Amino acid sequence: MNTELFGFPTVNVWVDAIIRLHLIVGLMTVVVMGLIYIERKIIARFQMRLGPTRTGPLGLLQSLADALKLLGKEDLRPRNADPLIFEFAVYFVFVPVFMAFVAIPFAFDWNVRVLELGLFYVIAISSVNVVGWVMAGWSSDNRYAMIGALRAAAQGISYEVPLILAVLAVAMVAGSLNLNEITGQQGHIPYIVWQPLAFAIFYVAMLAELNRSPFDIPIGESEVVGGPFIEYSGIRWSMFFLAEYAGLFILCLLASAVFLGGWAWPLGEDAGVLWQVALTSAKTGLLIFSVFWVRVTVPRMRIDQLMGFSWKVLMPLSFALILANGLILVYEWPDVFLLIPNVLGLVLLYVVVEHGVTRRRPRRLARPALEAEAAS
Amino acid sequence: MTTAVPDTPAFDHEFETQDLMINMGPQHPSTHGVFRMVLTIDGELVTDVTPHIGYMHRGAEKLCETMDYRQGIGYMDRTEYLANFNAELSYVMAVEQLAELEAPERAQWVRMILCELNRLSSHFMFLGAFGTDVGVFGTAFTYAFREREFIQDLFEEVAGDRLMFAYFRAGGLAWEVPGNFEARVRETLELSRRGIKDLDGLMTQNEIFRARTEGVGHLSAEDALDWGASGPTLRASGVPMDIRKDEPYLFYDQVEFDVITGEHGDVFDRFQCRVNEMWQSIRIIEQCLERLEPGPIVPDRLPRMLRTPPGEVYCRTEAPRGEYGIYLVSKGGNRPHRLKIRSACLSNLQALRDMTIGGYVADAVVVLGSLDIVLCEVDR
Repeated sequence: MNTELFGFPTVNVWVDAIIRLHLIVGLMTVVVMGLIYIERKIIARFQMRLGPTRTGPLGLLQSLADALKLLGKEDLRPRNADPLIFEFAVYFVFVPVFMAFVAIPFAFDWNVRVLELGLFYVIAISSVNVVGWVMAGWSSDNRYAMIGALRAAAQGISYEVPLILAVLAVAMVAGSLNLNEITGQQGHIPYIVWQPLAFAIFYVAMLAELNRSPFDIPIGESEVVGGPFIEYSGIRWSMFFLAEYAGLFILCLLASAVFLGGWAWPLGEDAGVLWQVALTSAKTGLLIFSVFWVRVTVPRMRIDQLMGFSWKVLMPLSFALILANGLILVYEWPDVFLLIPNVLGLVLLYVVVEHGVTRRRPRRLARPALEAEAAS
Repeated sequence: MTTAVPDTPAFDHEFETQDLMINMGPQHPSTHGVFRMVLTIDGELVTDVTPHIGYMHRGAEKLCETMDYRQGIGYMDRTEYLANFNAELSYVMAVEQLAELEAPERAQWVRMILCELNRLSSHFMFLGAFGTDVGVFGTAFTYAFREREFIQDLFEEVAGDRLMFAYFRAGGLAWEVPGNFEARVRETLELSRRGIKDLDGLMTQNEIFRARTEGVGHLSAEDALDWGASGPTLRASGVPMDIRKDEPYLFYDQVEFDVITGEHGDVFDRFQCRVNEMWQSIRIIEQCLERLEPGPIVPDRLPRMLRTPPGEVYCRTEAPRGEYGIYLVSKGGNRPHRLKIRSACLSNLQALRDMTIGGYVADAVVVLGSLDIVLCEVDR
């Protein structure tokens, strides 16, 4: 069975798949190393520091140097750790993230495979890594790691639901789960215009899925000191790290494809491949930058607030959105009607975040009696 | 291997759960030094806390008894390394009271300026470290340290050292401040204003920050008084106790400032108290600068080797963390017979257990951060 690879016909389908997968893995590794460098530079700018400057021009080789250093480090394993689970946990985090790239379109018809259920596939496969987190935390024989793993499990599962529902809202409007098709429909107007609430929910859930600030509770540096990865070192730890950034990249790619029009908006299918790749990269880059921005600005939430926000705020909102979308689509009301539940939901979300976070502060203290006591 | 199975029918009882004990510290990023607390947790809830202190114990009090009064000043720097001038002041004033010396006016004004500046730098340190405790990824820290660095530069110009100043002497100051002192202080205050505003905007206005701190770690005024808490920890609980107002030393009775109190006694109030105190410190320093006049910085007849008559004295001042007291017993001669440091942090830290139990693990970190402890001062 033969196929076509970048214009070269008659390549065996297996050879073709292997070449594409290798390209993806190679590309990803380079992109992730670049992301780490860029994040360090951007965060340094936010914090009035310089970031890496010493390794190569402008510190460009810092990620490479770090990777080499990590390769050279001893692969430590605690004596009481469960060896099999401890070592396999890495793959459960690392492999799914890379597998998710199979369905992501970088330009028109530019992906490893066009999957009819691409959206479903990406979401499903990229949430497997929670298993890896729990394995890492359980097998490390460390209580901090255990707490971190349980937090990761609770958080990963809780935010998976609003994430899926938000994407589902778009899929309903698009009438397809094929990522290329969803993106292609956004040639004139991206779906963020029709579904702003879905995008807001997706963005928040994405931060939580990636364990990024303000939802970096499982790895909270000042509480559980790195969480499930506390006992990992050397190459294994660097693979977790790689997977984390690859996950960031993939979800931002997904968001840019589903909500921001990916390669399609505003140039459409006819633009050159390079233009389309540039568009996708620019939108993804913008999203990634905003994630970094959030990271340096906001404090960490607490686990109960995090869970409450998912189950009490995001989940009902996304269900309501899907219900409203369904009604509008079934009765074939005009498209503008789609905006009504979205805007209402956004207002509600704003009100909840701004005023609805209930805090029980202790009662006012009896002032005069205390003053008398202090004076005596 | 077979083990004897107990004779109870399986699953006739509910699942038994066991509380987990985690050891936070002495090597933990948010225990501010070598503090250790053993948390007993039920899921994410803290059911018991056992604080362990003493990792930093160096016998500073005993060491002070082996050296003369001037040498002891250096040890005060090392016990309270974030508010050195305030610690030196307590010691120096205790010795002065014992030796019946009085520092000249200029020396006292300079002391006041330096102590208030040190309060600023100490509180900047708190803001930065607290931001990290709450989970701002280093941004609060770098913002706070930018301004703290300017204050630190000023101290270096005055005392010749960045950390261990040893600049106050019984009777006055070690040497005259640099010629451009006033201008430099004004410049530093301007920068500090900017820093406080920036940090206030970054943290106080943040919804997540408020959700994390409001209503957390409540300490009632009665409990605070019972534990002997002092400083911002006590004032945040609503007790307007400030030694600068209650028993004015130096010239605190000649300057205007407000005693900042909180209303709720939670972590947010403690944070807010410190921020507002910084504004008051700036106010005090500005008034001091207007009153600063040329003059001698040591009394006319200061003996080379200070000897004190027998007696005992307790001298306390309002350090950034609360009441820093020196109890000094002399049996004559040039060194103290007994020296005891009343540490504000130790008393404040005792309230930790009450504030932490029933909260979340993440709250324990925040509550500890809000007490702003210096472990060297706790353990001495």
